[in-house]
Amino acid sequence: MNSALIVILLFLLLSIYLGLQARRGKTMNLEQWSTGGRSFGTLFVFLLSAGEIYTTFTFLGGSGWAYGKGGPAFYILWYGALAYILSYWMLPAIWRYAKQHNLLSQSDFFVAKYNSPALGVLVSLIGIIAMIPYLVTQLKGLGAIMEIASYGSISSTLAVWIGVIAVTIYVMASGVHGTAWTAVLKDGLVLVVVVFLGIYLPVHYYGGIGQMFHAIDQAKPGYLALPATGNSVYWFISTVLLTALGFYTWPHAFQAVYTAKNEQTFRRNAMVFPLYQLILLFVFFVGFAAILTVKPPLQGSAGDNSLLILSVQTFPKWVVGLIGASGLLCAIVPGSMLLMTSATMISKNLYKVINPKASEESVSRLAHYLVPVVALVALYFTFNGQTIVALLLMGYSLVTQFFPAIVFSFMKRNPITKWGAIFGILAGELVVAYTTITSKTVGLLLPFMPQWVKDLNIGIVAMVINLVVTFAVSAFTRGAGAQARTAINA
Amino acid sequence: MRRFAVWILFIVPFLAQLVALPWVNRIHPMVLGFPLLHFWLLIWMLLTPLFTLAIHWVLRKEEQA
Repeated sequence: MNSALIVILLFLLLSIYLGLQARRGKTMNLEQWSTGGRSFGTLFVFLLSAGEIYTTFTFLGGSGWAYGKGGPAFYILWYGALAYILSYWMLPAIWRYAKQHNLLSQSDFFVAKYNSPALGVLVSLIGIIAMIPYLVTQLKGLGAIMEIASYGSISSTLAVWIGVIAVTIYVMASGVHGTAWTAVLKDGLVLVVVVFLGIYLPVHYYGGIGQMFHAIDQAKPGYLALPATGNSVYWFISTVLLTALGFYTWPHAFQAVYTAKNEQTFRRNAMVFPLYQLILLFVFFVGFAAILTVKPPLQGSAGDNSLLILSVQTFPKWVVGLIGASGLLCAIVPGSMLLMTSATMISKNLYKVINPKASEESVSRLAHYLVPVVALVALYFTFNGQTIVALLLMGYSLVTQFFPAIVFSFMKRNPITKWGAIFGILAGELVVAYTTITSKTVGLLLPFMPQWVKDLNIGIVAMVINLVVTFAVSAFTRGAGAQARTAINA
Repeated sequence: MRRFAVWILFIVPFLAQLVALPWVNRIHPMVLGFPLLHFWLLIWMLLTPLFTLAIHWVLRKEEQA
């Protein structure tokens, strides 16, 4: 057994231990399991919400984009700062409403705000369709990291199985408590590893970060900025904007919000998050450092392995083991949140709607047992993953379509009716699905437009259609909604 | 007046990070070793929390008033 493998296994055992001990002294009803009994202080809420910052996508994808695409990679870093400003208002409002109405899932939020279990079912289905590919991305990343970091002594298939079993055990036992405790380990380790790599590699290979940028600029002029067409400035602006809007519309992001003890936490976090996200910059430095140093150059999606390959090329085995362990944690911590959120939604917002007589206890029990079921579905797609590629690209765009229905619901008089929200979301999702599956871009849809319009992120089209349908249907159904409301009041 | 201040504090980071991009999408001049685009990003990641903090102050003053 090599030392890299020993380090990885130690961290795996430590995370299972932390995940399991997290349940101590708690009665695991559904509220405790899925929202931590709304008792989490600043650190846990911070780490749960920051889970999004360090996932295998940012770890591998961030360095992979920096390596393979150069300047455009920065969109991954950039949208966060804008999303956090929005969070200053959005999250306290969501939290307050959730606390008043005892909400346990994102779908509950829609059900309560629009007084419509049907909307809850729709949102749950879309949320799950978006989260499963997200989970699959984490698992695929996990497989790649463990295989390379263990020098091939663990196959990627075996690594994925080990990760999934570990995460299933502690999610079933401790729910969001397990995620919070393992997140402490994850972010602690990842911070150290990422900052070290991001400084050491440029200094080691180029003599410094400034020298590295000069060398890349000499070898590949223009590579560090945004290109004139394709991933151009206009692509960048529209993508950053859309991603910032979609940042908090993920079902598991709501889950993290619900765990907080008070709303002051979110305002404080809104100020600290951009600084925390800035540390992601070091991941980009690693990707940039790999550009002129990894031989032979990696082609296409193989660029996602640039961080690992450069590390193996540079460091002794135990350091590679630490990198492998951070990769492992980057997969299982967000993975645990996704599993718990999906299971809660299926049980509470699908099963309970079909079977309204189900007791709270049976809904809670079902949620626990759904964890391994969802995990197996994700495993299936991880190993038979050709068709899922289209879905992967779609996940983020799918949940972004919830944004109008969430934001307008906080206005004093919500201009959107239940039917407006339902048809708006449906219309948006259909556009997302159609354009993703047929790989349409704005340029292909509207070939007569100027180049800057053609470069816009296709998600803009879906959002515009969503808004138009939402407001049109709301205008027609406003009377009906008002009548229904008077009926309830009377 | 306070509403206006909050609105400005909210909108400036968006203008700087989205609308201003076509003008800063360049590698040269490099600042502190960073390509200009990267440097611009860095500065705004550091400034954005200050804007949020300023919004926080203004709103808290309003609550007290």
